[in-house]
Amino acid sequence: MHTQLWRYIGKRLLLMIPVLFGLSIIVFLIMALIPGDPAQAILGAYATPDNVARINTQLGLDQPLPMQYITWLTNILQGDFGRSYAQNRAVLDIITERFGATLILAGTALVLCSIFGLLAGIISASRQYGLADKMITFIVLIGISMPAFWLGLLLIMFFAVDLRWLPASGMYSMWGGGGLLDLLRHLILPASTLAFIATGVIARLTRASMLEVLRQDYIRTARAKGLHERRVIYRHAFKAAMVSVVPVIGIQAGFVLGGAVYVETVFQWPGIGSMLVNAISQRDLLLVQGGVLIVAAAYVVFNLLADVVQFILDPRVTA
Amino acid sequence: MSRFMNISNALPLARWFGHRHSRTSPLQLLLRNRLAAAGLIVLIAVCILALITPWLPLHHPNQTALGNRLLPPGSDGHLLGTDHLGRDILARILWGTRVSLSVGISATLVAATVGSILGILAGYFGRHVDNILMRGIDMVMAFPYILLALAIVAVLGPGLLNALYAIAIVNIPFFARNVRGVTVTLRNREFVDAALLSGKGHARILLTEILPNVLPVIVITMSTTVGWMILETAGLSFLGLGAQPPQADLGSMLGEGRRLISTAPHVATIPGLMIFLLVMSINLLGDGVRDALDPRLKAGALRRPAARTRTAPAARQQPTGEPKGLLEVDNLRTEFHLDGQVHQAVNGPTFHIEPGECLGIIGESGSGKSVTAMSLLGLVASPPGIIQNGQVNYQRQNLLGVSDPVLRGYRGGELAYIFQDPLSTLHPLFTVGDQLVEALRAHRPLSYRAAWQEAVRRLEEVRMPNAARRAKSYPHQLSGGMRQRVSIAMALANDPQLIIADEPTTALDVTVQAQILKLLNRLREQKQASLMFITHDFGVVKQICHRVAVMYAGEIVEIGPVEEILARPAHPYTRRLIGCVPSVDYEGGRLAEIPGLPPQVSNLPVGCKFADRCDQVTDQCRAAPIELDTLNERHQARCIFAREVSA
Repeated sequence: MHTQLWRYIGKRLLLMIPVLFGLSIIVFLIMALIPGDPAQAILGAYATPDNVARINTQLGLDQPLPMQYITWLTNILQGDFGRSYAQNRAVLDIITERFGATLILAGTALVLCSIFGLLAGIISASRQYGLADKMITFIVLIGISMPAFWLGLLLIMFFAVDLRWLPASGMYSMWGGGGLLDLLRHLILPASTLAFIATGVIARLTRASMLEVLRQDYIRTARAKGLHERRVIYRHAFKAAMVSVVPVIGIQAGFVLGGAVYVETVFQWPGIGSMLVNAISQRDLLLVQGGVLIVAAAYVVFNLLADVVQFILDPRVTA
Repeated sequence: MSRFMNISNALPLARWFGHRHSRTSPLQLLLRNRLAAAGLIVLIAVCILALITPWLPLHHPNQTALGNRLLPPGSDGHLLGTDHLGRDILARILWGTRVSLSVGISATLVAATVGSILGILAGYFGRHVDNILMRGIDMVMAFPYILLALAIVAVLGPGLLNALYAIAIVNIPFFARNVRGVTVTLRNREFVDAALLSGKGHARILLTEILPNVLPVIVITMSTTVGWMILETAGLSFLGLGAQPPQADLGSMLGEGRRLISTAPHVATIPGLMIFLLVMSINLLGDGVRDALDPRLKAGALRRPAARTRTAPAARQQPTGEPKGLLEVDNLRTEFHLDGQVHQAVNGPTFHIEPGECLGIIGESGSGKSVTAMSLLGLVASPPGIIQNGQVNYQRQNLLGVSDPVLRGYRGGELAYIFQDPLSTLHPLFTVGDQLVEALRAHRPLSYRAAWQEAVRRLEEVRMPNAARRAKSYPHQLSGGMRQRVSIAMALANDPQLIIADEPTTALDVTVQAQILKLLNRLREQKQASLMFITHDFGVVKQICHRVAVMYAGEIVEIGPVEEILARPAHPYTRRLIGCVPSVDYEGGRLAEIPGLPPQVSNLPVGCKFADRCDQVTDQCRAAPIELDTLNERHQARCIFAREVSA
């Protein structure tokens, strides 16, 4: 089993290469399609003739597109994402500084939405058309229709402004902050906001695949063995349903990483998302590029993790 | 995000759009769904308001009045209050809704047009075109798409139109994928070939043959994405990347208001509520449309089967006298209620099984033999199944009326099942050893380790080669014969009194069949258990059964000792079934088969149910129900000519 698992992981890692390659092409092309002079656009207000000349040679902007791409990719593979001219710092430094915060937020939200989504889906399916099912279905629908930024504001209004239970913004308290407990207090509202929206999709899918699985012959076999219905649902049906839910949790990672843009802005969470929004308003294009690339790569890795979990769950998937 | 689930639904939906011969029209179904109807009403109201906004007696949405800043809702002349510049929120909300709606709808139209064109081209031309286009689409989908939209806005610069493009672009893949799927199936249909042969050009075929058939899918994908696109454009505006002042949509109003959240919360919450209402009504409607159009939901086929078949009170009465034999089935009636129709699958069979006996139950598929067997322990899927009447008496109890824990105690304990196809009836994700352990521990207080040892022993008992190692295998790693041995071991795990085997050899090839039969027979003798063997093959009955019950259209038409029935079959159907078995002295010529089909169990005839296929049928046969005729104390047949034949 272990050698098989490692072989599978190895294979998936190899398969990641073309995907990352594709991502890099798209990001590069988007940037190459900037209307007007790219050097001017990248530098914005900092476009002194000196700077323009330097960036032209540095990024190979005077060369044909394929050559530009190769130069660009080589730079990135060496960890050189260029400079943010608005902040006058290397893009990589800014990204590494902020990436942790986004991972904490998105990771927590992903765990929360998986737990609640799966639970809600199972309860919904096992009491199909019952009161619990109807309520969950309705809440799920609210979640799917709710703008994350609005929900965030409502939570701030209620829990931070009115009740003063939790902090409204930031990652640590300004004075006397720090430590895990402080982080958790700051994390609750933004992570719940992000998770609530994503829970709906997982709950819906879990419900649907549980209903599908519960009609299978092997569920009848489990009942014919004399198993308690709880065991039939939570062991037999749930494990089988997970096989189709896990890849969607991987897809949800993309949603959560993307949604982090809104949530980080609302809660002033110092992550990549809020950095991106600022960088876009300042037309700090190299920073945008680096941020987008890193989040897209994180998404690819989350999907890889989902694939590995699925491999462990389903013995029929071969390495 | 609900889009991910709609992709798989698009195809059956398209099919459903094509034929509308259903009893209730999709529109009626939609309106019957209260939530969807509510969504429709809200949506229509919002759209009408947005359309007539310019003619409503409102303040000018951009007219500032610093003296009237931040008035709360309900203020004189400002129903929803004013914002930080003293602008009337009601007017701004209505104008903003116009902008949000039109941007959302435009983005949907752009995405639908471009995505559909790509999808149609990829699906229609296939090969290289398909490969290149779809790989490109895959690459775009490898992005978290909000991020992709951000990147596009970053390049094009903030602005409502650019936000519209960005949202449209990231949604193109959903249309391309759905449309491609449908186009591929259409491409392989005969009318496209016919059009090609008649000399029509590709362009004309695409426009006249493909497009009209793809349109429903496009419309459905639009209805499920438009809400999302409104949400996304509002999001970009909220971030300050969409609508720029003085232009305002709901998202940018929310963005401006968010700084005032502690002093004047209404400035931000009201636009948010509007977005929510709008998207929610669209999603409610979209869900309703999907439910109304998805034929699987309509048939009730997606209903979850209960832990136990629904049983009418009439079938739950406890027995009064002493039951016959080990297990006695009396007048069992099981129905399926589907689509408002009643299918009478089991129509009152009455029989019993002696201890240590092997009773065969034989019939064509659809004769009700499996449903009969599964009714005994409440394993018929319900809905749609329901046991209306009858008794299944075991140890002076009617199993149809016992409590759930008592029933669970019997299931897999004293009364065990072996099902037909061991690939689908064993759980694919647990090792066979684990599944055996579970069966053991459901009825006996064993530790996992002890149970595992017992499981291996049970596998050895069914002659599983290399049992200790095989126990760690998953079902898909075993051959069909080995899987069936696992099922048998599982059924025998707790030394049952009665084994109900539902065509356990049908899915296997002939030599394995013979082995499994021998094994079952040997185990039955060893353990002194009774065996109820369901089959459609008289050859098998001949090999292992003592008595046999012949079922047709949910009734027993003949029952008796196997040798006697083989020698003197009293019912014409039994004779036909026997004729279907190739015998040793069978030389060339055609194997007899039974002409015609069994009657539909939703519309059974009054008289003999076999009449339509019988070559001896008379008017008398069709006039009234035929009773079982007792030919001798062990042999009964449901035919008015039974005595003449068997005499």
